[in-house]
Amino acid sequence: MIRFESVTKRFGDGTVAVDDLSLEAPSGKITIFVGPSGCGKTTSLRMINRMLEPTSGRILLDDQDTASMDPATLRRGIGYVIQHAGLFPHRTIVDNVATVPMLLGEDKKKSRARAMELLERVGLDLKLAKRYPAQLSGGQQQRVGVARALAADPPVMLMDEPFSAVDPVVREQLQNEFLRLQGELGKTIAFVTHDIDEAIKLGDKVAVMRVGGRLAQFAEPAELLSRPSDAFVAGFVGRDRGYRALGFASAGGSLSTSEEDVARLGDDLRRANDMAQDGWTLVVDDKDQPQGWLALGGLSGSALDGTVTPDLLNLGGTLAGQDGTLREALDAALSSPSGRGVIVDSDGRFVGTVTPGEVLEHIESRAAGIRRNTLASAKGQRAHA
Amino acid sequence: MSVLADGAGLPGLSHVITWFNDPSNWWGSSGLLIRIREHLLYALIILLIAIVIALPLGLFVGHTGRGVVVVVGLANGLRAIPTLGLVIYLYLWLSTKITTTFAVPWLVDRGALASFVSVMIALVLLALPPILTSTYAGVQNVDPAARDAASGMGMTGAQVVRKVELPCALPLIMSGIRSAALQVIATVTVAAYLPFLGGLGRYIKDGAGDLNNTQTGYPAMVAAGLTVAILAVVVDALFNLLQRALVSPGLTGRIKRDSRRTTVDRIDAPAEANLISA
Amino acid sequence: MHEVWTYFTVHHSEIMGWLWTTVWLAGVPLVVGLLLALPIGWVASRYHWTYPPITSIAGLLYTIPSLVLFLVIPGILGTGILSPLNVAVALTGYTIALLVRTVADGLDSVSSDTMSAAAAMGYTGRQRLVAVQLPLAVPVIGAGLRVAAVSNVSLVSVASVIGVLQLGQLFVVGYDYNALAPTFLGLVLFVLLALAFDLVILGIVRVLTPWQRAVGRP
Repeated sequence: MIRFESVTKRFGDGTVAVDDLSLEAPSGKITIFVGPSGCGKTTSLRMINRMLEPTSGRILLDDQDTASMDPATLRRGIGYVIQHAGLFPHRTIVDNVATVPMLLGEDKKKSRARAMELLERVGLDLKLAKRYPAQLSGGQQQRVGVARALAADPPVMLMDEPFSAVDPVVREQLQNEFLRLQGELGKTIAFVTHDIDEAIKLGDKVAVMRVGGRLAQFAEPAELLSRPSDAFVAGFVGRDRGYRALGFASAGGSLSTSEEDVARLGDDLRRANDMAQDGWTLVVDDKDQPQGWLALGGLSGSALDGTVTPDLLNLGGTLAGQDGTLREALDAALSSPSGRGVIVDSDGRFVGTVTPGEVLEHIESRAAGIRRNTLASAKGQRAHA
Repeated sequence: MSVLADGAGLPGLSHVITWFNDPSNWWGSSGLLIRIREHLLYALIILLIAIVIALPLGLFVGHTGRGVVVVVGLANGLRAIPTLGLVIYLYLWLSTKITTTFAVPWLVDRGALASFVSVMIALVLLALPPILTSTYAGVQNVDPAARDAASGMGMTGAQVVRKVELPCALPLIMSGIRSAALQVIATVTVAAYLPFLGGLGRYIKDGAGDLNNTQTGYPAMVAAGLTVAILAVVVDALFNLLQRALVSPGLTGRIKRDSRRTTVDRIDAPAEANLISA
Repeated sequence: MHEVWTYFTVHHSEIMGWLWTTVWLAGVPLVVGLLLALPIGWVASRYHWTYPPITSIAGLLYTIPSLVLFLVIPGILGTGILSPLNVAVALTGYTIALLVRTVADGLDSVSSDTMSAAAAMGYTGRQRLVAVQLPLAVPVIGAGLRVAAVSNVSLVSVASVIGVLQLGQLFVVGYDYNALAPTFLGLVLFVLLALAFDLVILGIVRVLTPWQRAVGRP
């Protein structure tokens, strides 16, 4: 657990970077510091491992005041990942990762073995281990940065915009793997980003900070979206937050789907055409995985000779997991060319379809339940007061 | 050899070949081999002293960022001082102070101490700027993210310098030392201007008094000059080998990489030249 | 200090003669060297495959000590060994060697965005070079020129070892007569001369790059 107690940081030129910050980042969870540039989020992070010293206030790591620890010793026990990875250009990848164990007095052989283990864990091709940082892509370098921070198996990790410098596709990949890794490791993580979407996706708790280093709101992502504490947070969280909040609402089996006759690749076109509802037929492969929609409405006669081939399919429409979120389900329904959203199970096999209306009905009944609870608890609070 | 025509009555350059072909010019107590030994020994001592002074100073300034203005100003100022003048000035001054006949075999003859010290001081001052500025610049050029990561993972200040800044700055430091070495080798020739000192400059100083002598005049001067040039080329090559041995392939651009052209590809160029001599 | 002044007043005309020779010997190679280095550096920057060989040859030229050139050039050109022309030719060579790389790097340092913008506006290749690339490369080239100037001034004095008459003669005189005054005067004049060259180049660079002052660089 990382606890900030009335921490203020004022720089030499008089600017206040962090103003009276108090919060507690829970153990084993990801706590995100998010805000516009100049809000003191990075400064807050760098005070945890004493790369910067607070002007006043205390920071406690598991109830121990960091100010009482030797900075170098403190830092060796905290993993540190930064935006541009900061790999040592003169060392091979494996030796970069082995640096911290060796600093802690481990011998070279053991450190390297540990490094290889970690590189594998963060999903890096082990053929790259003997290369130098300059030979790796940005995304690969960032994986190495994470592996290096994990090398001493620190209970606490600090991450300063670790995924900001890579392109969106790689970023999403890194984020997903980061969540998977955290699922296995359960570290106490303080994570800085300027990207509210990243904060909401990755955070167990999110601290929204405003310029001047003041904490605007500290809450779980869903709450941030549903109940922003003030206009600044509401503005920062941005548009579409009602829609984005659906990303935290599990469809979890409660959404009922309709059955649908499906054609398979290689089936006779006429047969597929006969199955069509409103002119559209869903096509799956031999593993029951949806491949796309077939629209044969305008065709007749000899145009229907032949079989179902992939090039005839309309690929518009996203897939939603049966156990996914309502946001995925709604998106699948809205994006489907047939107007029927495709739901699949965890193996990607076709389960059924939903219409936008069905999803919305489900959302509305769920929201009504939440409203009732909120009203009840508000009444309860007022009764107490 | 007709191309190498006699210029203005000087013995032609063909005499230089004759000079090199005469074994008596190579051996003996004032032969070419002894002069080369003296020349290299002077240069080596000067370079070592300069490294011992400039390397820690450059690392300190680069690491802390303190004293940058002083160091850069000092380095630029030193460059403007002509070494020949400084050597003579120091000698005129020191020869009245140092009167001991202390001697070191191979290096300092009896009575040569004042000359020797003058040359050492003047040439160390010559060798300092390139090493100092390249060390400082090398440390400054280290990726700030790498430095941040180093202290973030718990390295002490000294460990950051030793394990990250020094090795990362090494290509630039080496090129600074190399250009200092080349300057020193070229300029140690001025030692011969002072009494009791040797080195290859001896032939040049002595020859200037009797240019037309085909043995000790112009041909000997050119021969000595060419020998200095050959020494410079050899030392340059040695530094290339040393650089390959010492500098991590991760820094030199010798490794395969994307076609990006980065600054590291250009680092091992001779920085600022050896020609800021004398 | 008094002695130095006295020495200067007594030998005033002789010293001024040497001073002008030194200015000439250091300055002319600087101008000629720059004019020759510009096209060569442009080639190295424009055709990237020529960059490594051109800069290698320039680097090799550095490793030849100046004294050697002073000695060998008369043998090749047929000039007298004491002719100042030898010094001028040698220093021109060094200036080219030093500036070729600087010019190439300076031209390369202009951002490709700027160059693309210039092309998009309809500048021809030559107009881009003259109106955009070269002016923007002035700070880098100027920095190289300052190094070359200081080194040229200093190198002129080396010619005293073989006896070419210029300000370095003050050192020879000082040594021969065991006199500190002329030696000290020589040191001061050389440093002042280097400083003067430096300031002149700095001034020219400033005039040519008004946008750099606008940002208020220290």
